Amino acid sequence: MEQLLYVAELVMNGLMTGVMYALVALGFVLIFKASGVFNYSQGVLALFAALTLVGIQNGQIPFAHLINAMFGTNLHSFGWTVPSVLAILLTAGVMVLLALAIEKLVLRHLVGQEPIILFMATIGLAYFLEGFGDVMWGADVKTLDVGLPQGISDTAEAWTAQLTGYGFFIDRLDIWAAIVATALVAALVAFSQFTKQGRAMRAVADDHQAALSVGISLQFIWIMVWSIAGFVALVAGIMWGTKSGVQFSLSLIALKALPVLMLGGFTSIPGAIVGGLIIGVGEKLFEFFVGPMIGGATETWFAYVLALIFLVFRPQGLFGERIIERV
Amino acid sequence: MTIMENPAGYITADGRKIGGTLMDLRNITLRFGGVTAIKDISFDIREGEIRAIIGPNGAGKSSMLNVISGFYVPQEGEVWFRGQRRGQMRPYQVARLGIARTFQNIALFDGMSVLDNIMTGRLTMMKSNLLQQAVWRGAAEREETAHREKVEKIIDFLEIQNIRKTPVGRLPYGLKKRVELARALAAEPNLLLLDEPMAGMNVEEKEDMSRFILDVNDEFGTTIALIEHDMGVVMDLSDRVVVMDYGRKIGDGTPDEVRNNQAVIDAYLGVAHD
Repeated sequence: MEQLLYVAELVMNGLMTGVMYALVALGFVLIFKASGVFNYSQGVLALFAALTLVGIQNGQIPFAHLINAMFGTNLHSFGWTVPSVLAILLTAGVMVLLALAIEKLVLRHLVGQEPIILFMATIGLAYFLEGFGDVMWGADVKTLDVGLPQGISDTAEAWTAQLTGYGFFIDRLDIWAAIVATALVAALVAFSQFTKQGRAMRAVADDHQAALSVGISLQFIWIMVWSIAGFVALVAGIMWGTKSGVQFSLSLIALKALPVLMLGGFTSIPGAIVGGLIIGVGEKLFEFFVGPMIGGATETWFAYVLALIFLVFRPQGLFGERIIERV
Repeated sequence: MTIMENPAGYITADGRKIGGTLMDLRNITLRFGGVTAIKDISFDIREGEIRAIIGPNGAGKSSMLNVISGFYVPQEGEVWFRGQRRGQMRPYQVARLGIARTFQNIALFDGMSVLDNIMTGRLTMMKSNLLQQAVWRGAAEREETAHREKVEKIIDFLEIQNIRKTPVGRLPYGLKKRVELARALAAEPNLLLLDEPMAGMNVEEKEDMSRFILDVNDEFGTTIALIEHDMGVVMDLSDRVVVMDYGRKIGDGTPDEVRNNQAVIDAYLGVAHD
């Protein structure tokens, strides 16, 4: 009984971790759906968003190091702090500007190119943004606090203890991440299904030529989609940044999103969520049951092996569209 | 010919009113690298008429339609629409001028239902903004309903009521063509461009499509420019015909005139070019 409850706790924790993976995977799906581009820079977008948010919150002067090095000044901070909500809104604004710049400077010039070319462009973008974020806000590890509750939830522990006699350890931040992710997905689905911009977005995702012929501007849709992806990256950046600090390894969480996408399918928003949850739970359970037999540390590779198995048996993922080419 | 050169328009034999010039193409030349797809072609499309562009394979017909709809930008020549010279425009801007089109190889949104596909035709007419759609649903909903009504009329008109909710990807070819026409009609275009609307259809489907094209022209007064291979169909449908061969215009006039034009006969029978 005790062990069963422990497994249940593991599953809970796995689900919460899965939500965090799903948050990153969502950004990929959005851009892939709308433009057929696998956006390698999604993880860096999250990092950049988190850096910008911390910077704005702390009143950091952008490019301070650069300015100091060039003019021999000693600038660091404006000397004010910005309230969390305002800082988040400002950062969202920065992400929209970034989307505009990406469309104008990169995507516009690559219209009609092969997907691999666009993919390479996003790799370039990822490295550029990483360096740009570094120059703009500095490379030191920062703590992010936007007022989200953290630490073990006493309510959850007391409640589960009362119910089962065994108190679950659940991080309050994880609970919040789950709530935020649910709201985000609901909003995204409502947007794409019930608004005219959403309908236009689905149209562009389906067929560029046809979309043009009914008067939809591809440029506008791309800017919109990248802005939304930037916003999703901001949410992911806030969650991950709060959890493990804002540092450059944050951009690597994008790699964890890859197996999530392979499981869920590159084109499905619900798929990103389900894929994230499966991987979150799967790696926890695998580590618990199989880990001890093979020396542990399975969490680093389990997701990728699972994705590989999926690639063999169901390459389109759980919810992806099966593409059948007529011969 | 005299009757047709009247700038104010004329009445056809079956009593339809043809107005003045809606679109005027002047000395259009289009090149792809070293290949000249269209060489110095001029013709006009009059309000209310059905104008056909015919010619053998590779004559440049689709290129011509793509120039009109803004998908290709000609190197030389001018495009005049409703008495104004059209500057260089992107295809979506041309669409917003009220020029709708269909494609030779069908470009529909396969993942969406028939209804949603046709609704996209009205996207640019919807005025309510995101905030209204998200928060204050009243105006947005009224607008959606109004557009929905128009779309339902078109669905009735083209007799596709029973497939309204079907995802387009599952439809047979002939019906897809009809849905594409419906989407173009949903935009209430001033000028409707049809690129081989009957290609790959059987006789019965062709008859249906011909009837729809005539009805659209008759009931909505929509000006139509179409490309078609089937000579019989073209002669029955159109008021005037442009004939292209190797990127050049070799004939222009009523179906009867074109039928008796020696250059046209040569092009279709394959007389050696000098």
